[in-house]
This record gives sequence, structure tokens and C-alpha cells, in this order.
Amino acid sequence: MKKQSQASGAGAVARFLRQNSVPLMFIIICAVLIPISGFSAGYLINEIVTRMGRNIFLILSLLIPITAGMGLNFGMTLGAMAGEIALILVSDWQIWGIPGIVLAMIVSIPISVGLGLLCGKILNMAKGREMVTSYITSFFIGGVYMLVVLYMMGPIIPIAHSSIKLPRGYGIRNTVSLLSMRQSLDNLLAIRVLGVKIPTLTFLIIGLMCLGIVWFGKTKLGQDMRAVGQDIQVARDAGIDVERTRLISIIISTVLAGFGMIIYLQNMGNLSTYSSHTQIGMFCIAALLVGGASVEKASIGNVFLGVILFHLMFIVAPQAGAKITGDSMIGEYFRVFASYGVITIALIMYETRKRKAKLMAGRQLQLAQSEDVK
Amino acid sequence: MSQTEKTLKPVSGFSAFVQNFGLPRLIIAGFLLLLFIAAPFVGSNFFTQLTNTINRFSWNAILVLSMVPMVHSGCGLNFGLPLGIVSGLLGATISMELGFTGGLSFLMAILIATPFALIFGYGYGHLLNRIKGGEMMIATYVGFSAVSFMCIAWLLLPYRSPNMVWGLSGKGLRTTITVEGYYDKILANFLKIEIGSFSIPVGTLLFFALLAFLMWAFLHTKAGTAMTAVGSNPTFARASGINVDKVRLQSVIMSTWLGAVGILVYQQGFGFIQLYMAPFYMALPAISAILIGGASVNKASITNVIIGTFLFQGIVTMTPTVMNNIIRMDMSEVIRVIVSQGMILYALTRKQGGSK
Amino acid sequence: MSNRVPLLQMKSISKDFFGNQVLSDISLTLDAGEVLGLVGENGAGKSTLMKILFGMDVIAQTGGYGGDILIGGEKVVFDSPFAALEAGIGMVHQEFSLIPGFTAAENILLNREPTNRQSVLSQVFSDRLSTLDRKKMDETAARAIEMVGVDISGSMLSSDMPIGIKQFTEIARELSKEQLKLLILDEPTAVLTEQEAETLLSSVRNMAARGIAVIFITHRLQEILDICDKVVVMRDGHVVKEVAAGEATIPDLARWMVGRTVESVQHQDRATAGSARTVMSIRNLWVDMPGEVVRNVSLDVREGEILGIGGLAGQGKLGIPNGIMGLYPAGGQVNFDGRDIPLNEPRKCLDAQLAFVSEDRRGVGLLLDESLEWNIAFPAMQIHDKFLKPLLGGLIKWRDDRAIKEVTLKYIDQLQIKCTGPRQKARELSGGNQQKVCLSKAFALEPKFLFVSEPTRGIDIGAKALVLDALKKFNRESGVTVVMISSELEELRQTCDRIAIISGGKVAGILPAAASSEEFGLLMVEQVR
Repeated sequence: MKKQSQASGAGAVARFLRQNSVPLMFIIICAVLIPISGFSAGYLINEIVTRMGRNIFLILSLLIPITAGMGLNFGMTLGAMAGEIALILVSDWQIWGIPGIVLAMIVSIPISVGLGLLCGKILNMAKGREMVTSYITSFFIGGVYMLVVLYMMGPIIPIAHSSIKLPRGYGIRNTVSLLSMRQSLDNLLAIRVLGVKIPTLTFLIIGLMCLGIVWFGKTKLGQDMRAVGQDIQVARDAGIDVERTRLISIIISTVLAGFGMIIYLQNMGNLSTYSSHTQIGMFCIAALLVGGASVEKASIGNVFLGVILFHLMFIVAPQAGAKITGDSMIGEYFRVFASYGVITIALIMYETRKRKAKLMAGRQLQLAQSEDVK
Repeated sequence: MSQTEKTLKPVSGFSAFVQNFGLPRLIIAGFLLLLFIAAPFVGSNFFTQLTNTINRFSWNAILVLSMVPMVHSGCGLNFGLPLGIVSGLLGATISMELGFTGGLSFLMAILIATPFALIFGYGYGHLLNRIKGGEMMIATYVGFSAVSFMCIAWLLLPYRSPNMVWGLSGKGLRTTITVEGYYDKILANFLKIEIGSFSIPVGTLLFFALLAFLMWAFLHTKAGTAMTAVGSNPTFARASGINVDKVRLQSVIMSTWLGAVGILVYQQGFGFIQLYMAPFYMALPAISAILIGGASVNKASITNVIIGTFLFQGIVTMTPTVMNNIIRMDMSEVIRVIVSQGMILYALTRKQGGSK
Repeated sequence: MSNRVPLLQMKSISKDFFGNQVLSDISLTLDAGEVLGLVGENGAGKSTLMKILFGMDVIAQTGGYGGDILIGGEKVVFDSPFAALEAGIGMVHQEFSLIPGFTAAENILLNREPTNRQSVLSQVFSDRLSTLDRKKMDETAARAIEMVGVDISGSMLSSDMPIGIKQFTEIARELSKEQLKLLILDEPTAVLTEQEAETLLSSVRNMAARGIAVIFITHRLQEILDICDKVVVMRDGHVVKEVAAGEATIPDLARWMVGRTVESVQHQDRATAGSARTVMSIRNLWVDMPGEVVRNVSLDVREGEILGIGGLAGQGKLGIPNGIMGLYPAGGQVNFDGRDIPLNEPRKCLDAQLAFVSEDRRGVGLLLDESLEWNIAFPAMQIHDKFLKPLLGGLIKWRDDRAIKEVTLKYIDQLQIKCTGPRQKARELSGGNQQKVCLSKAFALEPKFLFVSEPTRGIDIGAKALVLDALKKFNRESGVTVVMISSELEELRQTCDRIAIISGGKVAGILPAAASSEEFGLLMVEQVR
């Protein structure tokens, strides 16, 4: 304890650098790539604001399972699929604009809750390896999603309009146009500041969501989740229903991911039926980690910083790559590599930190004893 | 209180069989059997189906075999298989770049891939030793990172062979490269048996048998016994004077090398080298195959490999044709995903005995 | 006084674990505001008794208990710790149960947090959606901390707390429960400094003055005499003595704790036990084994003898073999047969022909999922290249399954291991038979020197005798020096030539097996820390 308080200024700086190495690395990458790419500041700001509106809600859905000690919820993909199913149905019912979006959100809730329940139950059976299990669960449910959307929509789930059906008469087309509700959230109340379009309503929703998360942290349930996240056994001994608490955290995360996906897709304006959800989990997790979060700790601040840095890199990398090597594919691959790399690094740091904590405890005892021997 | 733990008694009869074998495996085996029975009725040739299944078995078996060392040493399922595959791809492309052709190009591909597999496996093994307990998730992402890094490398490395690079720019490897003229079917055509529509790629099967035998033999030596013990109970192994980290490292290197050879054998059967994002999800089918064969997260045998690969590839080949003919829908992709991911999920959620 | 109903009455409590009687006919009473000291060797049944009182799950899972518990004159049966808490019983366990990232206040009120008035959401969904009343939490926690009589900031994170403060936080948690009538403290001073222990004792006195009854379990006998009103001494599942604290002295307590009907036991009587030659000398050994820390042990082992190492649990006796054999970080000098043994390298010890039967059978001792053959032959195969067939001129060391089967059958026969055959999985054997497998494993190494740690822990009486006999026979017939570590003093006195008692991580003394119980008892409690 004493040693820490005596730590000199240099030590504090070193610690700050170490703890924030990932965001700092991305700041450097962006600082190098932005001038090379040659994009104007106005363009970049515009793009970043758009992407913030598009992605932040999705990433916020990852926070609660982290608090509950279940790591990065790769199962958020389940919520994304629920959102997609809801959007497909709503566009078939031809409900446009904001009502369409609100309805889609309502429709997505029961689907998300069901999938979240399933995912939570599975994860309760695989304590200690939640992440790899949630990752495989997302693939598994991906298969079920395909079964539903590709085969059951039409014969079993009524789909009226042939514009979204495959020509063979059942199953949904590869792309579903969401033109009717494209950016209707973003455009309502949107304002322009110095040529930058600010989707006020979307940001308002995000702001409300952040307040909601802060409020949630202050509730009894939020407190219980923190307790479960830090020490399952102690929480259980204190009478907290551990399994139920974990289940709730996953369900909330799945429902939020469903909403997030709807916000994301209304911004994009069309839905790639079979691929929109496949990468979304990875990109959200990478962005969160770039913002300085770790497997066991993440805050709203990490989400915002992460979205800005990650997407800045995402926008400039292909262009910068093309400028350097003359091949735009290099930048494309670089950003994919950076996404996976940052997740890998975060996972490795998480595991080594767990081990180091154990070693440290041992070393302290050892020191005390060797002094005792002398 | 150790004596309070109840002694496991074998349960008798059918339920015991189900318990030992696992319900999902039973369903999958039954499903495949049904497909084989149904095949002649829906007009697809039984022998063609069998030939296809055996062919695909021969391509994939070594990739599945590459799971065995790491499972034995307790490193879990090798989600990092893409790392081995990348070594194999380097071997293949460099061998072709250097102008080897025919059988020699295959041999050289293996030889060139070997140092890469050893180096990658060494680094990967060290990493896994630092993060014991979290192997599978990290392995997945190490694999992904390696593949996406190599995507950049395939573009930048100075390959010149006109058979491999993009025609227009003259640089950067193509996404698919044919191995025709190099080692296309080099093993498959060796001692090939053909009776009408039924054919067996004896050479490939022999090659697999050789590697499987070596694996089996290794597990019967002193070092192999130590590897199994490390996986079964690392503390026991340490107390018995075994250097646990070293054994784990060995197993990771072996798995990575087998992955490299596995992809080369796959290419000679399939006929193409697939680069860029292709190796991405190659670990998952191999993992689910060995699990279908009866392996668990910390136990696997050669028999598991053979049964699992056969069942898995059987389903992959049979469902498109047979199912299509029955219900007039191509549900093969969906079935493949649900079966393979469901199997992995099943294995992950099982309560582990012993050390894990 | 006499016409008042006592707060707690336990009437002829008995308990067995699968026929293994661990408690018989225990009766005790406790009044409000009384402090009861509970002492006894490890395994005397103290913790089982407390588990029964606290309604722990293990008790119900293993068939419940006999006898009655009365609180305030009414019979109660607790099916879970929560029922016990409800009835006003609190317990501070030896292991801390604090959430590391929570403050003292949050930990004190864990899962009992006061909440604000209900909002719409909490009415629609559940109470868990009410926000926490931080102000009230801080107040309640501060009050509880004050009751303990220490100065802890309510906002201190428990991960930043020194061990003593953690202990006080746990006690504060119990005191903050308004219904608390009886508090069980299980070795609360074991982790405290002297000054902290002093504070704790005075806060126990305060509690008693406020009418809370306390059951105080400790190995530090002076504390018992200092603060308790009465003392209950347990041994082998019986209450052997119940006296007012003022009427007992430390030697009395020590004698009651360990003394058995010693006269009936046959001691080792080998005057020539072991030659004078020292085969292993241990100097200034320290071992970092959690819960069994060795601080500064120097010990000489004579060739051919059976040396016993005894002492209370947690005092460091188990750390000695685990440290020397390289399983836990250790330092100091160990010299075996004229050569220094490098520490922290299990392989080097095994190469020097030392062997170790671990107290942790399932964790360290066995490959539970492998056959008996593998378990018995594995170390000998890896260390001495036994049971291997050289192929290709020694290039390949092939496992000789036939030789392995032979040696396994030999030991199955010799030690009467009950199993379906040499290929049965170790997991499927009973505790006693698993222990025999562990011994066989060590014997197969053909060591010159054998550490055996808790060889009879958790096995039945028949197997116990067999295991001890096998050890003695191994010692006599093969001339192997044996060091046996055990919590059961009587067992050591039956088997060993000399017995070293470890207390506070140090050697408190070495006595011949025939020394009196009182002498052993005093050594055991002398330097307890």
C-alpha cells in the first residue's frame, strides 16, 4: 500500500501509459493515417458523427454482462438477429417511418428475451468459459436464424410481399430494403452545425440509454450484478440468486442489442439478411476494447472513445493503405487485422493479469518470510 | 471430505449407452444412417454418395487429427488451427513459387511448411502457456489475427509465379490458385481403386493412416504418456517431475504442424489453394468432427478422429443431395451449421471431470 | 438466572458421515451475553458442530444430524444458513467472504442494502429495480463499525484492506444484523497481529455486555482464558470437559485437548530406531504454501527412522514436504545423503530418490480419469525409465503395458486394493483404496526416502490400519527412511520413532513417541500464530 502512495510522478505516467496502451496505440495509428489518407476534417467529423449515432447503442448493450462478470458478450449477435427478424416482419407489414421503427423494437423484445433466456441458460452451464461459449452460441443460433428466415418465412410465418421474398416463393431475399424507414430516426429533429448533420433524436435516445445504465448501476439489481461479477461464491453465500442475476444480465444485453441493431439498420437503410449480424458482434467488441475497456471493466466513456477511435481508423485505413501501397485492399485487410488484433490483445491481457494477481500474492508472502528468516 | 464424494457406478442398459455415447452423437449417427437408407429411394446412387463421403473424409481427416495432441495435453480444442493452415499455405505457395512441380512440389510444400509450423507453433505454445485456462477463446482470436495478417502478407509478399498472382497487376496472390500441374490428386491417384462409380483414394487414406499410426505410436511412448498425464492432471504431472509447460509446448507444435500438413492434403484432394479469408472458419468443422466422434474437451483418440470425420463429412455430402430430393429444399448449409455448432456447444457445456 | 431459558441449547447432538461417527452426544447451553470458548484439536468435531448449528448444506446433504437444537427454548431445524441468520445466528468464517471491489460499507450490507422508496419500475418489475439508499447504507455501516470498536472508513475498498481490517469488516457485517443474538467466531485471531487481536477481544467483551452470546473458537488458549466465561473442550467428537474459564489453566486445556487413554496404546519401542547418521538435514526452510506457511524450520532426519511431523492445522506441517518436493515456492537449504537438493524443482528431488505421497489425493496424488496401471507406473516410468521397452536401439521408449500390468497387480495384491481390475479408473475407487494407489505409486519409485502426508485423512478405520502397516513394513523391510505428516497425534505415536511438532511455522520441539500427551499438547499450542 505504502509503495503505491510513494510512487513518483514518472511511475504514475508509466502506469497511465500501461493502463491506456490500447487507446493510445489507436490514437497514434489514427494520427499517422489521417494525414496520409488526405480526408478533410469536415468529412471525417461528419462520418464519425454518423457512425456514433449508428453504433453506440449497440455497443452499450455490451456493458451490463461485463459488470456481471460474464466477459464480452459475443452472444449480442442473438439480439441483432432478433432485431433483424423484427425489421423483416415490420417491413412486410408495410409500416413506415418512426412507427415502423417503434413497432420493430416492440416486436424484437419477445424474440430477444427468448434468445437471451436460452443464451443465459447455456452460459450458466459453462461458467468460467462464458466467452467461447457465447461465441459458439452465436454461430449456433445463426444456423437457427437461417432456418427460420430462409425456410420458415413464407410457408410457416406469413410473408405477404413478394418484394422481400425470394423468387422461389419462400425465404427472404439477400437484401431487404428499409428505404421506407431509412434514417427516419436520424432525420427527425436533425440539426446542422457547420455542415455537420447531427442526428439529434438518435443522440437523445443514446443519452437516455446512458442515463438508464447509470441509474441501473445504482439499483439493487445493479449492485447484485457487480457482486456476482466479482466473486460468485461470496455473492451466493450472501443469498444473491447468482444464476438468475446472470440470466437477467444476458437478457437485458440481448434486448438492448436488438434495439441497437434496429437503430443501426435504420441508419444503413437496408438489411443484408444473412450477413448483417455476422460481424456486428466482433466490430462492437473491438470498438469497446479500443476505447480502453477490458474483459472485466468497461464504462460509458470507453464506448464513446472507442467508437470515435475505432471508426476513425476504419474510415481512413483503406484510403491510407491505397495511398501508401497503391492497393486499397491492404487498408481493408489492415482494419480487419486491427479489429481482431485488439480483441486478441485484450483477451491475453485479461488472462495474464489474472495469473499475475495470483503470483503477486505469493511473492509478497515470500518476501515477508525471507525477512522473517533473517 | 473426499470420501463423501459418491463413487461413480456404471449405469446399466440402454441409458448407460446413451450416457456414454452422448445423445447428440446418437442423433447424428442415426441421421446419417437414415440418409444412407433414404439415398437409393430418392434416386441418388448409393456408391456415388459413399465415394463422395470417403473422398471428403480423406481430405479432412488430418485436419481433424491435428486436434489430438492439444486435447491430450489439456490445451483444449485447437481453435487456433488457422495458424497451422497458414503455415501450410506458406509452404504450398513458396514451393510453387520456387518452380517445383508434380509430386516433388507436394513434398517440398510439406518441407517448407515445417519450419513455419515449428516457429508459429512455438510462439503460439508459449502464449498458451501464459494464459492457461483461457486457451480456447484466445486461440480463436490468435487464429483470426494470423489469418487477417496473412491477408496483407499475401498481397505484399514478392510472389512472381504467373500461375499464382493476379494477371493484371502481376503481383499479389489470387484468392484461389489451382494446384493442377503441381500436386493435384497426387495422393488420391496413388493406388486408386475404381469399380464403376465407386472409387477409393487409397493413397490419401494411406497417408492419413501413416500419420494416425505415428500419432498413436507417439501416445504409447514415454513422452506421449507424459502428454496424456499433463492433460489429465497437470498438478499430478508436475509432482511426478514433468515439465508441464514444455509438454504443452510440444503438443501445440505437433498440432500446428499437423494442421499445416492437413491443409496440403486437403488442397491436393480439393484441387485448389484457398487464400485470404478462406482459413478463417476452418477450425470449427474440424473441432465439431472430432467431438461428434466422441471426444471431449480433454479426451480424444484416433478412433474419435476416424468416426467423427466420417460422420461429419457424411452429413456434409449427403444432405444436399438426399435432403433436396426428399423435401425439395437445399437445407444442407443450415443443417451443417446447426449440427457442427450444436456439437461444440454441447461439449462446452458438459461438466468436466478431473482437472478442468 | 436459573429460571431463565438459555439462549441456545444443544441436546445430545450426533452426526456421522456415511457411518463414520464424527460427533456423539454433544450437549451444551449458552446464555445471552455469555462467551463460550470452544477448543479441540483439528478433527475433534468443532467445525462440524458449528456447521450443524449454522445450517450448512453439507449437513443436510450427508443425512442430517441427531439430537435437538433449541433457541430460546424452542426447537429449531435450519435447512440453510439463511434460516440460521433469520433466527439471529451469525458466523464469521475463516475464509473471508468479501467482494474485492466493494467498499467496507457495501460489503457490510451485501444483499441487505436499504433501498429508496419504490419507483414505478420497481413496482412493475421487481424490488431489485429500486435504487440503493447510499446515505442510509453509510450510516448503518458506520454504526456497525463503531460497535466493533475499530476505525475503518466505510468507503475503503476491501481489496485495499490489510487482513486484520477484512476480519473486522466481516464482524461488522454480522453486528449490523439487527436480529443477531449469537455470533460464532471461527479462529478470528489467527490472521491478526497482537494488537489487532487485543482490539478484537475487547470488542467481543463489548458484544457480550450488549447481550450477544459468542462462541469463540481458537487455538490460542490464553485468549480463551482472557475473555470466555466458560470453556468446552472437544476431542474425537465428544465433549471431554466443560468448565468455567476461571477454573482452568493452559496446561489443563492442552492436556484435555490431546490426552487420550494413552496407556492402552502400544508405542513404538525400537530403542535402535534409526542409526545415528543424519540422512536429511533441513536448514532455515521457508515455504509459501497458502494456509500452511513454513517460516523457519531446521530439522534432521535420521537414516532408517520413521519421523512424525505433527501440529495443529494451518501451522505449517504440511508445508514442509510440499516445499521440499518443489510443489510450492520454498527457500533454505535441504541436504540429502551428503548432497544439496535444489528447491522448487520437483524433478531434482525425484531424481535424488525422494518420493512424496501428497495429502491432496485427488488434486495432486492421482490421475483420476486414468487407470490404476497408469497411476501406479507413471512416476517410475518418467523418472527411472521403468516399464519401458527400448525400440530402434533406444531411440524410442515404448510403453511396456505388460510390465505395467504386472506391477499394478503386485500392488493390488500387496495392499489389498479393492478394484475391478488394474484398468479401473482411479476416480471410481473409495478414498482408502485411492490412498493405497498413492502409496503404490510411491513404492514403485523404489525411493530411499519417503514423505507421506496425511496418509489416513478421510479413510475408514480398516484401511487406516492397512495403510499404516504398509508404511511400517516398507520402512523395516526396505530400510527406507519415512517422514510421516499427520494431524492425528495418536496415529503418529503408534507409527513413528520420534515426533516433531510444528507450531507457527517453526519446529516447537521434537519428542519421542512415548512422551506424555500434555507435553505434546503444550508444544502444539505454544507458538500458535
